[in-house]
Amino acid sequence: MFTYIIRRLIGAVLMLAIVSMATFAIFFLVPRLAGATPESMASRYVGRTATEETAKLAAERLGFNDPLIVQYGRYVKGIVAGADYDYGAGVEQCPAPCLGYSFITRQPVFPDLMDRLPITLSLAIGAAVIWVLLGVGIGVLSALRRGTLFDRAAMVIALAGVSLPIFFTALLSLQFFSYGNPFAWAAQGGYYVTFNDSPVLWAYGLLLPWITLAFLFAAGYARLTRAGMLETMNEDYIRTARAKGLVERKVITKHGLRAALTPIITIFGLDFGLLIGGAVLTESAYSLNGLGKYAIDAITNQDLPKVMGVTLLAALFVILANLIVDLLYAVVDPRVRLS
Amino acid sequence: MSPQSFLDVKDLKIHFPTDDGLVKSVDGLTFRLERGKTLGIVGESGSGKSVTSLGILGLHKGGSARISGEIWLDGEELVSASQEHVRGLRGKKMAMIFQDPLSAMHPYYTVGDQIIEAYRIHHDVSKAVARKHAVDMLGRVGIPEPSRRVDSYPHEFSGGMRQRAMIAMALSCDPELLIADEPTTALDVTVQAQILDLMRDLQREFDSALIIITHDLGVVAELSDDILVMYGGKCIEYGSADDIFYRPEHPYTWGLLGSMPRLDREPTERLLPIKGSPPSLINVPPGCAFHPRCPYAERTGGKADTEVPALTETEGGHLVRCHMSPAERRALWENEIKPVLETQ
Repeated sequence: MFTYIIRRLIGAVLMLAIVSMATFAIFFLVPRLAGATPESMASRYVGRTATEETAKLAAERLGFNDPLIVQYGRYVKGIVAGADYDYGAGVEQCPAPCLGYSFITRQPVFPDLMDRLPITLSLAIGAAVIWVLLGVGIGVLSALRRGTLFDRAAMVIALAGVSLPIFFTALLSLQFFSYGNPFAWAAQGGYYVTFNDSPVLWAYGLLLPWITLAFLFAAGYARLTRAGMLETMNEDYIRTARAKGLVERKVITKHGLRAALTPIITIFGLDFGLLIGGAVLTESAYSLNGLGKYAIDAITNQDLPKVMGVTLLAALFVILANLIVDLLYAVVDPRVRLS
Repeated sequence: MSPQSFLDVKDLKIHFPTDDGLVKSVDGLTFRLERGKTLGIVGESGSGKSVTSLGILGLHKGGSARISGEIWLDGEELVSASQEHVRGLRGKKMAMIFQDPLSAMHPYYTVGDQIIEAYRIHHDVSKAVARKHAVDMLGRVGIPEPSRRVDSYPHEFSGGMRQRAMIAMALSCDPELLIADEPTTALDVTVQAQILDLMRDLQREFDSALIIITHDLGVVAELSDDILVMYGGKCIEYGSADDIFYRPEHPYTWGLLGSMPRLDREPTERLLPIKGSPPSLINVPPGCAFHPRCPYAERTGGKADTEVPALTETEGGHLVRCHMSPAERRALWENEIKPVLETQ
């Protein structure tokens, strides 16, 4: 078990290094291959009135003339030890972990990300709780009542859930639950109170985004759980559990669901990791200033350091989620520990 | 009517309605079994052996199966009993050992946990007490270092050890009826003998009634007092082990004996397989279900495919379901079958 954890940890660190290289390559190597010069890349950092002269100076100061490997090393060093950005009129400090410095907002990227993270995290965690409970619950019931009206209705709704895009369901729910109609008990978009200030208002503000996001995921989870349960409930060990005289409720939960949950855990890790990187559509639809909206804004403004920062952070979360899934897997399925 | 036996199955029918028709997996099965005795149920796959055993345990209840007839266990009728009542008897009064212990044990729980669970369903004791019992049981079925192995997972056991653990689990509540469904089929030949010895010893120790379900006549020869041969959901021959091995009267039983590999035969000699394959339980052949494969079907004077033969007693509890007369069957056995089986 111990070596398994160590192996997974090393794997995760390696993965992170590779992702950082790939990200760096996308933002710094690919433009060069596509014909950008150090000057043209630096010109973005000096404002609209840049002359050729100032662009050249900026390229020199910001190190765009150095070999790419040196630039990458500097970027990594910034994450570990912090970096200073000399933009001519002065030096801006970017303390560690420095994920870049936005010359548009004159802000280091990392603190920005940390400001946005709680919102995205709130959104993801709340939605995840709802969709897991709802999805797994409905999936189990559907499997046990296979072929009944409940099963068919649930699966049709689930099909709708996976098929309908967020921007549609979000607008629909906004229409239903706010803007002066009878169901107007939920907050409208853009309402966010931190959990520390008021847990009640926090939940109130996030309820609609949660439901919208959870609907999408719960649908998939219901279908997955149903399929998994149908499979495991036919296993020999279920028959054994019944032959022991175990009550059916425990046969289902302790023996059936336990085994059916393993693939769900995998999918959940991936989904959740991706989601913390930014629930772009949901955050946009409800005007929540989370990481997803931050990324969209950064892309619209061509604010490269921000885009790169948010990309790296999102990658980190996906890798972390995978790591946790791997470890959880070993806890759930003892057979994994051997191999 | 003689006084009731410990287990008394009367005209048991287990039918499954499917889209293709009614599957008559078990069709009018009657047998009885006393404490301390062993009954072997023999037949090819699809003959209804396993369905019968699951039926006795009440595991078809609540499903799509249509069950009729009577199952009396120690004076209680189980077919008409409530699902919950039969559940309470499962594991405690009657327990089952399954064919493939790797798939029959939950891969996510330790062997100990699974035995502890089985024990605690029927005994209101603490986990620690149940654990002690589990270690004790593992020791009794011959697992070395039981106090350490109790925390192993099924996949960490060898096949034989797993079957021992399975037996320990089945015996953990001291059941009076033990059903073993192909208990040695998934095991190495060397391990098979060990497991059969173990089951015989434990049966003596616990004085339980034992039903062994198998397609392997060698297994039942080792253990059984009585043998029931099933074909197409029906009993076609029933008798003591001696009856079945030394005085078999049904052509199907002859076939089973002929297709049994034996060490004392020359390796160059061929087995005598039964022609054809087991009948579909949806379209059971009319008349005698075995007639399409029976080499003696013409001798019945046209009754083979029109009339279902009755299960009739020839002598001393030896029952046979065959159109041929007892004298004719015995003559065939003595003159044609026995010499071939012996010279082989």
